[in-house]
Amino acid sequence: MNSKNRNNHIILCVKDLKKYFPIRRGFLQKISGWVKAVDGVSFEIERGKTMGLVGESGCGKTTVARLILKLLALDQGKIIYQGLDISGFSEKEMRPHRKEIQIVFQDPFGSLNPRMTVGQSVEEGLRILGIKSHTMRKARLEKLMEMVGMSPDSTDRYPHEFSGGQRQRIGIARALSVEPSFIICDEPISALDVSIQAQIINLLKDLQDQLGLSYLFISHDLNVVGYLCNTIAVMYMGQVMEYASAEEIFDNPHHPYTQSLLAAIPDSGPGKKLEPTLLKEDAFDSSAALQGCKYRSMCSIEAPRCRKEQVLFEKIGEGHFARCWKAMKK
Amino acid sequence: MNLNETTVTKDFHLEEPLAPKQTRLEEFWLLFGQNRLAIMGLLIFILFFCCAIAGLFLTSGSKPIFDPSLIRLEEKLRPPFSKPNLDLLEPNQVPTLNFYLMGTDDLGRDVFARMLQGAWVSLTVGFVAVGISVLIGIFMGGIAGYFGQHYIKIDHILWTLFLVSGTGLVLLDVTLSGAALLLLCLAYIVYVVLTRHRSRKKAHSSWRAMLHTNAVSVDTLIMRIVDIMLCFPSFFLILTVVAILPASIYNIMIVIGLTSWMGTTRFVRAEFLSLREQDFVAAAKALGIGNFRIIFRHMMPNAVAPVLVSATIGIASAILTEAGLSFLGFGVPPPNATWGNILSGGKNFIFDAPWLTFIPGITILIVVLSFNLFGEGLRDALNPKLRERH
Repeated sequence: MNSKNRNNHIILCVKDLKKYFPIRRGFLQKISGWVKAVDGVSFEIERGKTMGLVGESGCGKTTVARLILKLLALDQGKIIYQGLDISGFSEKEMRPHRKEIQIVFQDPFGSLNPRMTVGQSVEEGLRILGIKSHTMRKARLEKLMEMVGMSPDSTDRYPHEFSGGQRQRIGIARALSVEPSFIICDEPISALDVSIQAQIINLLKDLQDQLGLSYLFISHDLNVVGYLCNTIAVMYMGQVMEYASAEEIFDNPHHPYTQSLLAAIPDSGPGKKLEPTLLKEDAFDSSAALQGCKYRSMCSIEAPRCRKEQVLFEKIGEGHFARCWKAMKK
Repeated sequence: MNLNETTVTKDFHLEEPLAPKQTRLEEFWLLFGQNRLAIMGLLIFILFFCCAIAGLFLTSGSKPIFDPSLIRLEEKLRPPFSKPNLDLLEPNQVPTLNFYLMGTDDLGRDVFARMLQGAWVSLTVGFVAVGISVLIGIFMGGIAGYFGQHYIKIDHILWTLFLVSGTGLVLLDVTLSGAALLLLCLAYIVYVVLTRHRSRKKAHSSWRAMLHTNAVSVDTLIMRIVDIMLCFPSFFLILTVVAILPASIYNIMIVIGLTSWMGTTRFVRAEFLSLREQDFVAAAKALGIGNFRIIFRHMMPNAVAPVLVSATIGIASAILTEAGLSFLGFGVPPPNATWGNILSGGKNFIFDAPWLTFIPGITILIVVLSFNLFGEGLRDALNPKLRERH
């Protein structure tokens, strides 16, 4: 595949994304340190495909989502959306492009305005789309509600009258209202019952088939990510540790962190079982973040080299990247 | 297989029952109705409102039905419910009800008519003053909460200072230096506008870089102004201002309004700070909705509950402040009656004619109390934590 064709194929490309939050202390609020929430994240998402972003709580997954949406200003790196570098855009320059990228939130209770009816919330997007006539908006609204499996007469109700799953559907309808081509799903199912999780996942899959959407699916549930995603990026402390196609991650994981995550899946079927000794227990050491490999304090195969040198994110196979010395040697 | 699954989910979902429809207003009334004191406050408030409106129509015009300024020196200090002495009065001096419902004062004026007129004054002072303070409070609080993290640069402060002092000097007839300052300010703005495109790319010279350093965040500035305003004992501030300005009811409304916006600002800022981090605001931003629509359509409706409560209680305190000012003789000028100056006129006759003190005093007490009770009831009904109990 030549490079131009390939670029057309890529809907979103993130290069070396960084976001550090200052820690302020004392009376004068002097900056005493930095939280490296996102510390060099790179990945690509193909048009019409789904990328999974997995990692433990607090590893910077949601920050990545907010950076891509430009809800947070990034410190370094590039966000290229459909060949357009949006990383330097001001709020004003960004506004016409906003509707291209949408988000579905984790918390179905906080993501809808409690003082607006569901119809009003979804209609805000239709206004942005420039549909002036009231009847046309109404028709479109009913269509959207039907698409996400809600009855059209629920539009004049308030969010508190719905269950979590229903609200998540409404959140999806709102995201779809501006006809985006890329949707970030920020742990859309982790606050839901297991039975409803399946409904929402199927809904997302159907919508992808119908509308050709691309997803960035953030989760910490590897089973779901494996089912839904084409490629997977594994994050740890603000860095992508391993990035490959879903099959590669599940069948041929190289990074020790990925291996331990896979080993932690409760029931991954016979024959797939990995040794559960991959993680050093209670060994988390935050000073490990300062120098060398960030994962080394938890790592079972730590070497002296990991302590001294910055590990690079390098290619170890076709479409397979990892951030580990050992993985490269394999 | 996949198709089958979809239809199953959808069918299943459509059958999922919805909770019975109950709007927030219905929920609010349900909770509010359980609070008897608040209902009483609301009823007295409505009664007071009707009286004040009626008072305006009954006591104004060239031939009012109840004339609050008609002097009958023969009939002074008559107790409530007393009959007028028809032999001494001319036909146009006979009170409308044929008796003095609330007695007469030391000039023989009908206290009932004066109370009616005073009700309108109290109502307008309360509502206009609180209206001003709420408007300022929402504006300042909204800016501090939403744009609080933006920084004000040193040059912004400088040219605002020039603008204000220039305008001030011109108004004080020091035209020359005032105009010079205004021109300087104008020249600077023109300079900034002209060099705006270049300055984004090129490095600034050192003095311009210094002018462009961040001085103070918007949030800090507004909240410190609030702190400073709260340091003044506001009643004495009002007294000073009223002593300088010509006595009129409008000046009093404006002054009370301008000295009582700080509480609302704090409420609105606090609400905005927490709302700004909510997902639905992030979603609105991601949709590309403009800042002002986000502030007024998405955030404000979620922030009005505490403002409504503080406004209700604020009306009570504005009425009280106005009565206090009138009592001290700084209030509404004499021909107009207010509850405060009826009270003040009556204090000389407290043993001979106690009704002159008690009638306005108790009325003020009841109205202020009812507003406070109503406000507390509103707070309880609008507080989501209390709602969860039901």
